[in-house]
Amino acid sequence: MKDETKFSVKDLNLFYGNFQALKNINMELYKGQITAFIGPSGCGKSTFLKTINRMNDLVEGVKITGNITMDGVDIYKDMDAITLRTRVGMVFQQPNPFPMSIYDNVAYGPRIHGIRKKSVLDEIVEKSLKQAAIWEEVKDKLKKSALAVSGGQQQRICIARTLAIEPEVILMDEPTSALDPISTLKIEDLATELKKDYTIIIVTHNMQQAGRISDKTAFFLTGEVIEYGDTEQIFNNPRDKKTEDYITGRFG
Amino acid sequence: MRYSFIAQLEELNNNVIKMGSILELSTNEMIRALDTIDVEIAKQIIARDDEIDLLEQKIERDCINILAKQQPLATDLRKITSIMKIITDIERIADQCADISEYIIKLSKMPRVKAPANLGNMIEAMKKMVKDTIDSFVEADVEKASTVMKADDVVDKYFGDICDELSDVMQKDSKVVPQSICYLMVIKYLERMADHATNIAEWITFIVTGDLALG
Repeated sequence: MKDETKFSVKDLNLFYGNFQALKNINMELYKGQITAFIGPSGCGKSTFLKTINRMNDLVEGVKITGNITMDGVDIYKDMDAITLRTRVGMVFQQPNPFPMSIYDNVAYGPRIHGIRKKSVLDEIVEKSLKQAAIWEEVKDKLKKSALAVSGGQQQRICIARTLAIEPEVILMDEPTSALDPISTLKIEDLATELKKDYTIIIVTHNMQQAGRISDKTAFFLTGEVIEYGDTEQIFNNPRDKKTEDYITGRFG
Repeated sequence: MRYSFIAQLEELNNNVIKMGSILELSTNEMIRALDTIDVEIAKQIIARDDEIDLLEQKIERDCINILAKQQPLATDLRKITSIMKIITDIERIADQCADISEYIIKLSKMPRVKAPANLGNMIEAMKKMVKDTIDSFVEADVEKASTVMKADDVVDKYFGDICDELSDVMQKDSKVVPQSICYLMVIKYLERMADHATNIAEWITFIVTGDLALG
């Protein structure tokens, strides 16, 4: 697979007040691939993920230096956050459907973007739920509350809600940590399927998950990227001893 | 730290070393057994093969268990998958020690003839390869492993030379054809043993460097 840059990160530093959470991050994130961020709690991987759709903008006292470009455009200087987040969707650790019907959850984004026509919305809802591999399970209960289905199903509905506004990139922050193994494997299959059309960046504590689904893996430690490369290389033969120690469990 | 996992890996490592040490015992005794056509030593070597087989099965089971339960990665993964290959090669070498011993027993029932001139040297070279292989596993020594790979050419050369010698002997005196065939089989096994030692050396290199030898 040819690596085509989607994001280019240059000299990125992030401070929460006096605390430096990200230190001089330089990396390319590639289109049509799944990139996994791994590392112990507090290493900065989720913080870095959130810089990609500017979720950190809302945190008080945050200061960011350096830059991130998407398709060559600086997402902090030359793009507003709303446009960015339309193009870069996000799925969180806890499934967070809105307290409304399954249909309304998925149609929420398109409605905000001004789509009112029922036939168009119907089509978007069906397509998104199908893409999220949940359509067959919920097609007869679209009017039911999204909170009434299982956690694994809720998470796929949230993914469908993300897909409904047709983003280019999906950020996933530990999307399966609250799910059972069957739902986890469904989300993993789904991610592998979706990377044909989307760029996916996933933070995971589950190393086997990173191994199963990602093309590239970055190992974070105390705010730095210690090693970044093809997942196969990172898991079989990491170059850095710190990476080796972490993935083989000789850590702490 | 995964203390119980590390203890499991250590046990695995020790069992491979134990298997290698038992093998070394057989390759060490091979010279005397062939030199003096000693049936007793040959029988001991054959009996030892069962010990090696049992250890191979235990190590194999342990590897599969560790893979299933611990999902090892990086060096650990390389080590376990390589050990699964290495023990097969050790077991083959032990089989071939037993095969040679069977020919020693056969030779003991025939009139004695002079052994091929370079047979002792060929066994010495093979024996050293086995020893260096086990040592390089213990010490994770890639340099030593590479000397094993080079030594394979020496053993191959002896094989060719002894083949020619046996061919001459048989052409000159048809009465010694049965013994010569036995020696021919013996050197073929020795040559194969050196190949297996080379395989092990390649896996040791993979454990340490992560580079898979091609070919």
